[in-house]
Amino acid sequence: MDRNRLHNQVASMRRSLFDQGYLDDQFIQLEELQDDTNPNFVQEVVTLFYNDSTRLIQNIEQALNSRPIDFCKLDDYMHQFKGSSSSIGAKKVTNECTAFREYCNAENAEGCIRSFQQVKQEHAILKRKLEVYLQTVRQASQTA
Amino acid sequence: MNVSSVKGSMSISSSTSTWKAGDTISDQFPAGLRVLVVDDDPTCLMILEKMLIACLYKVTKCNRAETALSKLRENKNGYDIVLSDVHMPDMDGFKLLEHIGLEMDLPVIMMSADDGKKVVMKGVTHGACDYLIKPVRIEALKNIWQHVVRKRKNEWKEFEQSGSVEEGDRQPKQSDDADYSSSANEGNWKGSKKRKDEEEETDERDDTSTLKKPRVVWSVELHQQFVAAVNQLGIDTVPKKILELMNVPGLTRENVASHLQKYRLYLRRLSGVSQHQSNLSTIISAQDPTFGSLSSLSGLDLQTLAATGQLPAQSLARLQAAGLGRATAKSGIPITLVDQRNIFSFENPKLRFGEGQQQHMTNKQQVNLLHGIPTTMEPKQLVSLRHAAQSIGNMNMQVPPHGAQSSQNNPLLMQMGQQQQQQQQQSRGQILVDSTINHAPRLSSSMGQPILSNGIATNVSSRNGIPENIRAPGYSQTPSMLNFPMNHASELPGNSFALGSTPGVSILTSKGAFQEDVNSEIKGSGGLMPSYDVFNDLDQHKLQSWELQNVGMAFDTSQHSNSLQGNLDLTQSALGQQGFSSGQMNGHNRSAAVASKAMFSTGDVKELGSAQNVNQHLNNLLVDNTIRVKSERVCDTSPANIFPDHFGQDDLMSALLKQQESVASSENEFDFDGYSMNNIPV
Repeated sequence: MDRNRLHNQVASMRRSLFDQGYLDDQFIQLEELQDDTNPNFVQEVVTLFYNDSTRLIQNIEQALNSRPIDFCKLDDYMHQFKGSSSSIGAKKVTNECTAFREYCNAENAEGCIRSFQQVKQEHAILKRKLEVYLQTVRQASQTA
Repeated sequence: MNVSSVKGSMSISSSTSTWKAGDTISDQFPAGLRVLVVDDDPTCLMILEKMLIACLYKVTKCNRAETALSKLRENKNGYDIVLSDVHMPDMDGFKLLEHIGLEMDLPVIMMSADDGKKVVMKGVTHGACDYLIKPVRIEALKNIWQHVVRKRKNEWKEFEQSGSVEEGDRQPKQSDDADYSSSANEGNWKGSKKRKDEEEETDERDDTSTLKKPRVVWSVELHQQFVAAVNQLGIDTVPKKILELMNVPGLTRENVASHLQKYRLYLRRLSGVSQHQSNLSTIISAQDPTFGSLSSLSGLDLQTLAATGQLPAQSLARLQAAGLGRATAKSGIPITLVDQRNIFSFENPKLRFGEGQQQHMTNKQQVNLLHGIPTTMEPKQLVSLRHAAQSIGNMNMQVPPHGAQSSQNNPLLMQMGQQQQQQQQQSRGQILVDSTINHAPRLSSSMGQPILSNGIATNVSSRNGIPENIRAPGYSQTPSMLNFPMNHASELPGNSFALGSTPGVSILTSKGAFQEDVNSEIKGSGGLMPSYDVFNDLDQHKLQSWELQNVGMAFDTSQHSNSLQGNLDLTQSALGQQGFSSGQMNGHNRSAAVASKAMFSTGDVKELGSAQNVNQHLNNLLVDNTIRVKSERVCDTSPANIFPDHFGQDDLMSALLKQQESVASSENEFDFDGYSMNNIPV
């Protein structure tokens, strides 16, 4: 049945997101918060995260492009970004943020720039995967 | 879903009915707990809100610290607990924490993705009752109610003099079988719940004001005894031992326990004050109006003090205005040491408010007080001292012994807190505090004075220096330092603090009035400690500034900067306690303030040729502080303890005490958390 297929699909997508390290336990916390009173909670949070993180990414880009680089500010922005991404369970993104902060502390501009590319990449990958996943979840819940 | 399961379990567990905020703790507790969550990150905020709702709490969310503060102020009793992020763009989370602690006395939990030891420690020193690492899990939030219960329990215990002891006793005992994973208070909760169910008391939930238990009044004498016991046993001792040592009939272990907690917080604040002028200002400003903006001893404070009659405010004001360039000035109080001395000497007469003779004594004492204070204080230092003093005063007021005492706090605070000055003082106060704190270390170095008191004196310019030493967490050092705005480097241009000459001053400063910087400051001053001793000795003087005393004691013990921290803690607690005995302090405060002033003056102000101003300043500060402090503290605490042996502390003390008594005061503007300037080590 369609529903079964969809549900299976959802389950397997979800499992792979966890297995591949894109998501961690915190995401499960979000899922557990979702209930009948808030049926789209996970979707809402993820959307909110991506909207907000875009702003943070822009700030970081700007800070990285300015000369001289203000490592303090960079660290601050990245700290915020890390807090945000960790709160939705974006494991890989959070790890890249940690790496970035290390370069930042060492005031290694080159390292920061490279690391930031990684952050953006993971951020984009996860976004795509979550979009697909959540869409499938929606479809599965809609089919009777 | 969790919610339903939680609900289910809640309903099963008890027999009582619905939980209403402010109602007795019902079966459904902690459901309905009113939480205010502050986080600038919208994602985190949304998640936290949802989690808290899932825990059945009543949630209010804010994304800015300012918004949170205004909500809290609008509705002081509308929230039970606050969750705040550490990194926020508009205000540092720790600053918010201090504000809340001082103004509303609510438990605050800090959150951050940062789990570094330093940050967590900062949370502790600023009085946070818990620290959660992000990402926050719902399990961690399920138990936050324990902090609310714990706090109330402690407050309640404070109230009871003897009688409800059993109930109080029962609570802790129940905690043994806590089911909650992280909550050791589950037992307490159950116990209290049971108690409530049986007795239908509403104490726990209701405002403390509704408690009918007799309140333990921490009089100056009592506080002195407490401080003496703590000094003997060490700040890390247990209430039981303190109780035994104090041997006061009718006093319970719980009373001592809560008083100790506040005292520790106070000391921590004192030590932590030095560094952050701005923080202080914020805190001060945020502080209760009752505190009357400790911020600046500057003329405003003085005036207030003078007005209240307790503090030779006039003299202070005069001095300050003269020497320091008036109150508003944070500007580089040109308090040169010399001036300070002069100030102090002026002060002496004034301090007494009528005691004339004491003045002389105080003058001398001032010198003593400042002996630890480097005479070469730059004007800046002086200024900062002044500010610091003021701030301390304010700070004290603002910083309730355990930070949160805002409302109940110490009457000292209230008294001291001159509302009027609040605004101004707040900023000033901070400066002062900061300066003092900063200066404290400096003081020792430059002036060689233990003025730590408040770090004002010496480090006016260097706020930085003292950072860790003073660990006076929440207590605005005021008591001892009270007033050395020296720390306020930024504010005071010249540091010519005559701190050197006023040993007493140093003590005060170290007292840790400066919450943040105090730590550092105090260390520096090292010398401050002796001042406490001085104060202590002056039992006869009602300078309640037990805080001061504590400071003195604290300092003595730890002559070293490091120890200051401990001392500060003591002082702080002492101060804190003082704060509690609000009623008493009023009168005492005045005298304390006066006394403190006297102390300063007596301290070798003279020595500091240029330091006179400083000394005076210090004295003023001290006095102010004392006055403030005194409000809570009984004047009995002889400032002698605070003062180091340098000068005839006894004389000083008596002078101070007299002054204090004569001071009518009521307004100890400087509401040092109960630190009475008396203890200003001379």
